[in-house]
Amino acid sequence: MKFGLKRSKKEQQSSSSASVEGENTRPEAKDMTQIPSEYQDAIISARGLKKYFPVKQGFVSSIVGQQSFVKAVDDVSFYVRKGEVFGLAGESGSGKSTTGRLLLRLTDITAGNVYFKGKDISKLGPRALKPLRKEMQIIFQDPYESLDPRMTIKEIVAEPLRIQRLAKTEEEIEERVKQILTEVEVFPPEEYLYRFPHELSGGQRQRVAVARAFVVNPEFVVADEPVSMLDVSIRAEVLNSMLELVQKHQVSFIYITHDLALARHVCDRLAIMYLGKIVEMGPTEEVINNPLHPYTQALIAAIPIPDPDYRRGNLPISGEIPSPLNPPQGCTFHTRCPYAFSECTRNEPPLLEVEPGHWVSCHMIRKQ
Amino acid sequence: MPVLQVEHLTTNYKTLRGWVQACDDVNFEVEKGEAMGLVGESGCGKTTVALSLLKLLPSAGRIRKGRILFNGNDLVKMSDSQIRKIRWKGIAIIFQGAMNALNPVFKISDQITEAIKIHEPHVSRTQSRERVEALLEMVGIDKTRANNYPHEFSGGMRQRALIAMALAANPEVLVADEPGTALDVIVQAQILKLLRELKDKLNLSMVFISHDLSIVAETCEKLAIMYAGQVVEYGDTKSVFAKPLHPYTQGLLGAFPSIKGERKKLVSIPGQPPDLLMPPTGCRFNPRCPYVMDVCKKVDPKILPVDQSNHLARCHLYPQE
Repeated sequence: MKFGLKRSKKEQQSSSSASVEGENTRPEAKDMTQIPSEYQDAIISARGLKKYFPVKQGFVSSIVGQQSFVKAVDDVSFYVRKGEVFGLAGESGSGKSTTGRLLLRLTDITAGNVYFKGKDISKLGPRALKPLRKEMQIIFQDPYESLDPRMTIKEIVAEPLRIQRLAKTEEEIEERVKQILTEVEVFPPEEYLYRFPHELSGGQRQRVAVARAFVVNPEFVVADEPVSMLDVSIRAEVLNSMLELVQKHQVSFIYITHDLALARHVCDRLAIMYLGKIVEMGPTEEVINNPLHPYTQALIAAIPIPDPDYRRGNLPISGEIPSPLNPPQGCTFHTRCPYAFSECTRNEPPLLEVEPGHWVSCHMIRKQ
Repeated sequence: MPVLQVEHLTTNYKTLRGWVQACDDVNFEVEKGEAMGLVGESGCGKTTVALSLLKLLPSAGRIRKGRILFNGNDLVKMSDSQIRKIRWKGIAIIFQGAMNALNPVFKISDQITEAIKIHEPHVSRTQSRERVEALLEMVGIDKTRANNYPHEFSGGMRQRALIAMALAANPEVLVADEPGTALDVIVQAQILKLLRELKDKLNLSMVFISHDLSIVAETCEKLAIMYAGQVVEYGDTKSVFAKPLHPYTQGLLGAFPSIKGERKKLVSIPGQPPDLLMPPTGCRFNPRCPYVMDVCKKVDPKILPVDQSNHLARCHLYPQE
């Protein structure tokens, strides 16, 4: 909207129906066909979420030509319940990180709505968002870059408390910091309070990043590939202590990853993204063991298995993810899909609920 | 006779604080047409081994002990001009990070031609042109793309071009340093498949370096597990997976999630890898080992066959002679 985009009919409908702002935003009857009732009591939900990044152009085409966009996130809807771990998986460039940032309002939303505890936060300004920041937090991928090298561990973890004025005295701040460091197993905390990030190992650094996110007792946390930079032997430990915190505080957790094998061990529900769209979504075991979308099937078939007796068959798909600048018409996956037929090149398949809670966007499913 | 035999290889880096023992007493053999996986976490010395094989170490690195026998000739003793003849023709390497290993200002074809020209100066232009096209076709790149620049290639294609370049002078041994890392799973699976096919087709010997046990499980016949600069377990891939002997290997296997089979709780190895400037005395794994005994803290175990098989472990849990 910001860039004067042409909006599709469907989107106009959904945004007009959702334009009633306030505490009790309920989807209208016609939306109920697309959006399950779970959206109402979810902690966080996205509806028709879009993010288009404008592309820098040359001088001449900027005058003559039309502005083109990278559709990083294109009409994504999902919800996360209280205490649930929701996985967003996909290849690089599929829009999973951008989706996470949109939910936290770290990036401006092009179109669509984000509801946090039933309230539309997609149009709030920075001032209105500030009190919400203590309820929603993020853990970044690279603990070597996300921690300020000139701050001590204590200052890093205490910063959210100070900004949100959650502790009255210095003693209280120190107490809270020590407590959360103990919870993430940076132990004993006294020994680490006045150290700097470079004195810590990668695993400990990521634990500090986890502590910083959880110190304000958030209700919703996004973790963007939190363990992909860590070695295998320490990965599980960091992951387990993070999940313990999630369970203990009943946090709604979005786990962004490219590693489906790891996602399987972490997530309750899983959404597979491809070129800015969710192509399949459902309970983790259901998606992994009974993948319905050809892309999910290919992703799972491509994962190496730690078993020397396992013999891999032929890969069902070839090629690489197309440029999001110029995504294929119709179903965005049809250029690589082994089952593509004429319908796929023309129309975009809707995300349909095939089994309870299992959503797939594919024309093959509709045909059956 | 094995194509490549590494005996007691010890490579250290000189720093202001002393010698970093990046690679200590490493032994392995690679037969003709065989792939050996070198597995370990970051900083365990995998890449140092790879660079030692071709004597491409940075200026601070020294091979302080040991022999690297390539077809019976010791590479460690060779002069620079002698080793230059082995590089690419004898042993070729695919470096880590396909994105940065190509020169951005030269066409792909020119970069491959350069490799051919250096090793076979008498080859004519049309001949080398044909060779480049054949190489690209072999790795699955359309020959019309030969005159593209690296930025016009996708990540997977760049990795393919690097493989083509490594094969330009028909090497006997291919060292692949993390060839699948930094690529998406589907592309990674394509690249691994290509490497397996090339290995069978050209009867290549491969040293396959990876941090990912599941990748080597599919690709290699033999495994060497490295920890803190030492090979701690060595044997057939099947026997290592079926019966891991070293506690570190057991820990690694427990920490790996699998997409197949039962959903088990992931167990990690407590602690972190040691500082190689001052590795722990005795067994280097002893501070993290669940079965640690007194002897582990004093005596560095030798890597020895267990139960007279060709499955070796460096651990006091098994009889030391």
